[in-house]
Amino acid sequence: MTLRNLLARKLRLTLSGFAIVLGVAFVAGSFIFTDALGGAFTGIIKGTTADAEVLPEGGGEFTGAGEDSRTIPASVEADLAGIPEVAVANGYNQVQGVYVIGADGELVGGDGPPGLAFNYTETEAITGDQIVTLLEGDLPSDESQVALDVGTADEAGYEIGDEVELVTPGPEPTMTATLSGLIQFGAEGGLVGASLTIFDDRAIQDLFFRGRDVYTGISLNAADGVSQQQLADAAQQVLPAGVEARTGDALAEENEDAIGEILGFINTFLLVFAAVAIVVGAFLIVNTFSILVAQRSRELALLRALGASRRQVNRAVLSEALVVALIGSTLGLGAGYLLAIGLRALFATFGLDLGAASLLVEQRTVLVSYAVGLVVTVVAAYLPARRASRVAPVTAMRDDVALPEASLRRRLVVGVLLSVAGVVLMVAGFAGSGRTGLVLIGGGMLAILLGVSLVSPVVGRPVVMLLGIGYRRAFSAVGTLATENALRNPRRTAATASALMIGLTLVALMSILGQSAKATTDAAIDETLTAQLVISNVIGTPFSTTIAEQVRDVEGVDSVAQFRQAFPEIDGSQSFVGAADPEQLARALDIPVAGGLTALTDGAVLATSAAADGQGLTVGDRVAMDFPVGEQEFTLAGTFPPSGAIPADYLITTDALEQAGIKAADSLIYITLAADADRSAVRAEIDVSIDDLPTVTLKDPAEFAQEQKEQIDQFLAIVYLLLALAVVIAVLGIVNTLALSVIERTREVGLLRAIGMQRRQLRRMVRLESVAIALLGALLGIVMGIAFGVVLQRAIAEQGLDVLAIPWIQLGVFVVVSGLVGVLAAILPARRAARMDVLTAIATE
Amino acid sequence: MTELATTQPAATGSTAARAVGLSKIYGSGETAVRALDRVSVAFGGGEFTAVMGPSGSGKSTLMHCLAALDTASEGDVIVGDTSLVGLSDKALTALRRDRVGFVFQAFNLVPTLTARENITLPLAIAGRKPDQQWYDTVISAVGLGDRLDHKPSELSGGQQQRVACARALVSRPAIVLADEPTGNLDSAASGEVLGFLRRTVDEFHQTVIIVTHDPVAAAYTDRVVFLADGRVVDEMLRPTAAAVLEKVKVLSAREVAGTAAGG
Repeated sequence: MTLRNLLARKLRLTLSGFAIVLGVAFVAGSFIFTDALGGAFTGIIKGTTADAEVLPEGGGEFTGAGEDSRTIPASVEADLAGIPEVAVANGYNQVQGVYVIGADGELVGGDGPPGLAFNYTETEAITGDQIVTLLEGDLPSDESQVALDVGTADEAGYEIGDEVELVTPGPEPTMTATLSGLIQFGAEGGLVGASLTIFDDRAIQDLFFRGRDVYTGISLNAADGVSQQQLADAAQQVLPAGVEARTGDALAEENEDAIGEILGFINTFLLVFAAVAIVVGAFLIVNTFSILVAQRSRELALLRALGASRRQVNRAVLSEALVVALIGSTLGLGAGYLLAIGLRALFATFGLDLGAASLLVEQRTVLVSYAVGLVVTVVAAYLPARRASRVAPVTAMRDDVALPEASLRRRLVVGVLLSVAGVVLMVAGFAGSGRTGLVLIGGGMLAILLGVSLVSPVVGRPVVMLLGIGYRRAFSAVGTLATENALRNPRRTAATASALMIGLTLVALMSILGQSAKATTDAAIDETLTAQLVISNVIGTPFSTTIAEQVRDVEGVDSVAQFRQAFPEIDGSQSFVGAADPEQLARALDIPVAGGLTALTDGAVLATSAAADGQGLTVGDRVAMDFPVGEQEFTLAGTFPPSGAIPADYLITTDALEQAGIKAADSLIYITLAADADRSAVRAEIDVSIDDLPTVTLKDPAEFAQEQKEQIDQFLAIVYLLLALAVVIAVLGIVNTLALSVIERTREVGLLRAIGMQRRQLRRMVRLESVAIALLGALLGIVMGIAFGVVLQRAIAEQGLDVLAIPWIQLGVFVVVSGLVGVLAAILPARRAARMDVLTAIATE
Repeated sequence: MTELATTQPAATGSTAARAVGLSKIYGSGETAVRALDRVSVAFGGGEFTAVMGPSGSGKSTLMHCLAALDTASEGDVIVGDTSLVGLSDKALTALRRDRVGFVFQAFNLVPTLTARENITLPLAIAGRKPDQQWYDTVISAVGLGDRLDHKPSELSGGQQQRVACARALVSRPAIVLADEPTGNLDSAASGEVLGFLRRTVDEFHQTVIIVTHDPVAAAYTDRVVFLADGRVVDEMLRPTAAAVLEKVKVLSAREVAGTAAGG
């Protein structure tokens, strides 16, 4: 019985099945992709870790507070080689921020992935493979040569013997060397977009460690039959103070955890959007089943009259849903795999190149996908099923069967309450940080969406009526008919529009937050930045401090403020800490700090008001930061309002940062010119001095603001792309509703054709109804989006979003695009209506 | 036979519509069914005609062909002075809209529109303003009064069919066709609808053709055309209910005999 019904309604169920496919695909794709990402990073971590690693105490973390400046005397290597448990001891030096400039002058890797440099060793990693192996050519033998990993050389367009240009964080910001050979990382070479440059042992010390005979770490391979723990314990015996030996497994695990946290963040981020897609999909399912049940209410009533119990009717509808869910989830899983491939390509454009890293479908992914598909579908179908079972048997005899419907008033109250709760959650989410914050924001979004969609049948009617006035003017009878059709079943119209509304509420909300963030950036830079020029790194990676020295020498430059960054943990969560010389900084920025910038001494810290609020700090409190050398304590000396001009939540002195063991490298340079300087001449001269450095750019405050605004735009673009799926599902919903309505109104269509309505007019009628639904969704969505955007901006103004800006033009474009989406959604249902045979349509029962 | 089957309008004057050698064949090959078999019949302007015949005689098919709702397999249909052969769907649709008024047995009105909006729908679709005088005439003839702004669901069956007739009349078509317009109505409501159609013929010189089973309904007309097995078999001028009933009896007896002989 169930199966026969399914086949009969194949077409109608296809679309709601498709909603499940898309929703599940999003969930599965998120998991598959983050798993692949995790796999790739685990590969790198394991591929670079030996049986035991000797490092400065507390060092060696993949995602630490900042690059460790501490080193180990080279003599330790010989001491270690002498103990029997050690088969091989290889001292190495690792340097971050070494980038290859391609033959075309472009930076290899674009933005994001790290550029690593080290010297060649024959260390074997815990994976059993040598960390790097020489593939072709020779190893570098002095400072004039380097070797590159195959992928990087390939992308840069270099061959052995070519002159390679490099950007370095060392005293020489750029250097040139001959490519002596090509190396491969591990067994497969998966580097997730990172580039590897191999230097000669001596050269790397000369270039980056002022010629000292030191190592950043020593890798140990165990002698036969020696465990990692035995190896580490034995090594520890000969180590000087401040240096420790750790087992490879422990170190790898620690680093995997750190990476896992970041990946978890990405996964949560993706899953928030997956959840949005699923909620929208659930609407489509509820709506489809409601319509199907309504159309079949006579049949169901007949079943009841023939003695079927309510439960049997209920079960008949639910088992239909179950079959749809099973098929949808299975297809969704497959589509998720394709989506993961798409995500891999998307992330590759941001430099996170997974290359050929295989996408694995873990058991967990399969379970979650089916669980989501089944639960959502069955729950969504339960409501219509319950109503179906309430059909009284006598209604089978009646012509018009009306299903019982819940009161609109209750919907309104619940809807408003849910929306308000959602806003409260989002406010809390934006005030919070990390994954918890994201979860709160996501939860808030969902509550808002459910809330507003409950309200939509009530607020939708006047909107459609208003649209109808325009329709009547423009399209006379066809317009009237379209309006009446959109109005005849307010719940159906509203539920269909809701799906689109959800998407647009979020799009509008994000665009308002984005626009406000940009306006805030503009205002902050305008107000606080007094320096006339800024040098910053496109990627955000620190650069050589020599650049600041060079700029200082340029005539017309009055003062130069170097700004550095570190990311130590404060109270367990990684924080943005900036460091600068207070006197220099005071000349570049006008930050209203209570007590003035001079309050910033080596033992002091300044915090943004938002960070201080978030951590519950008041002036005079102790702030402990977890640096490589150990915990460092500072006293909160004052607070300042967050500003795009200083990308940091906390501010300490440069000296304090260096004492904390963070390598000297700048991330921003503020340049203040002398009063009588010729700005363009000075700018030209500085430009020349950094000309050969593609990693840094010189800009004026407006350009500096622009750079930050572009980052906001890039983030918005990703969010829009992820929300687009919800919009696609919503469009399917419109197609579905229209198709079902057209079937339902077959006789009416036949009548209209019989009395002389042209096919073209009929198509227009369906199209106008579709556009009405789409515009209703868009308008409600945008209004909601604006309302929530304003509330949210007000609520988090303290956190540094203190300017409200509403992108009216963009919002207008969204409405117009939605109208076009309505036109698109109507194509198939309209064609179907127009193709109906007049006489058959009229004769339909 | 063909000669015999050709009938002429009773009233003198112009022809409003005619079928010429009209055949309609459904299906093909072995299973082909000839619903109309070389029917030639003309309907004069200002004449009220009833088409009668047993089920399957082809009367509805004839109506559908005359109304440009169905196309001829052979022969021609001429409405006013327009031949329907070879016309595109678009042209046929326009013809239905402007030159033909059609009333179905049921479900004649768009449920979302008011009675008034339903009446003017063909004009609105065509993007034309109603001829005010004619519109007023039709509206007053319908006699709905203040119920004109009600939705169809709020009207009685008889009222709904009168609204449907008014809609069929509003564009001043060459012919008004009604396929069993009283089939779903009680006798009082039937009388209202038929009386309304009779008046449009008498007062406005409208050409009206109805399909009916009911001899009482046929008695409202000027002429009855009898169909059987897809052919015109007889006709009667100035019919009375009793005469029609008698004729129907004779025809069905003949059919039974024919079937028996054939079997």
